[in-house]
Amino acid sequence: MPAIKSLEELKRVREEALAKKQMKATPGHIQVIVAMGTCGIAAGARDTMKSILNFIEVEQLSGVTVTQTGCMGMCEQEPIVQVIVGDSAKVTYGKVNPEVASQIMKQHVQGGMPVKDRVLPI
Amino acid sequence: MREIALHLLDIAENGVAAESRNIHIDVIEDIKNDLLKVSVKDDGRGMDAETAKRALDPFYTTRTTRKVGLGIPLLKLAAESAGGGFTLETESGKGARIEASFRHSHIDRMPLGDVGATFLTLLVSYPHIHWVFKYQVTSKDGPTNSFELDDEEVKAALGDTPLTEPDVLKILRGMIEEGIQALAPQTEY
Repeated sequence: MPAIKSLEELKRVREEALAKKQMKATPGHIQVIVAMGTCGIAAGARDTMKSILNFIEVEQLSGVTVTQTGCMGMCEQEPIVQVIVGDSAKVTYGKVNPEVASQIMKQHVQGGMPVKDRVLPI
Repeated sequence: MREIALHLLDIAENGVAAESRNIHIDVIEDIKNDLLKVSVKDDGRGMDAETAKRALDPFYTTRTTRKVGLGIPLLKLAAESAGGGFTLETESGKGARIEASFRHSHIDRMPLGDVGATFLTLLVSYPHIHWVFKYQVTSKDGPTNSFELDDEEVKAALGDTPLTEPDVLKILRGMIEEGIQALAPQTEY
């Protein structure tokens, strides 16, 4: 069972989040998608995911949704990560190890500039 | 696949793809009886007898993006080559339960790996699913300790605050890591 302390902390975070929302309009929504088919997982996608979540936590990056998808048919390019910033087109990255993942988080998700040399031409 | 925890993640993905609402993952390390047992139980669409049989065949898959489906056969092989066994119980429309067991001390047993990272990954990326995680350790001569996380309470406390908010992530990661650490699992020899 989760510790009561943790649940209380979660309630506090919720209240703070509500307060923040009232102060400013939410910025353009950002979605990060990690491919977690058998091929992705075997190629290290869970560590890629861990690196992305860690970046959000350390950099206090609010308003990013992190989800997963299955195999996309490019198993040799796994781990694959896709980034969608607001209304812009989806950018697909290949061979995203934990280091590349934090580079994508910093340069693309935080800075708005795709990491060009890792983009897959699809 | 280098870790049993990665297999768990992979099998759980099948449950998500099968449109489950509730998924239970259990990890049992029983040093006393030299047993390591993991299971994933979902309430998704399940499989009929024919499909369940074919799910064990690496050259069968329901996906259209590639022609092989290695997840289930790989886990079965890993269990069977470590003095254990594998069962798949399923019925069409009634979900599925997969269990793999291993002899804990078997030289060919794959390391259990980062169970916490698997739990956190699933919890955060599929918020629409009700997750129940359990990790139980029975030491050689001592008592049984377990860590359980039913995400219902967590989600009730959070309301519509996303699980990927930085402070939420920090608390969730802490809950899982501390809970597992307290078990003092003896994964390696």
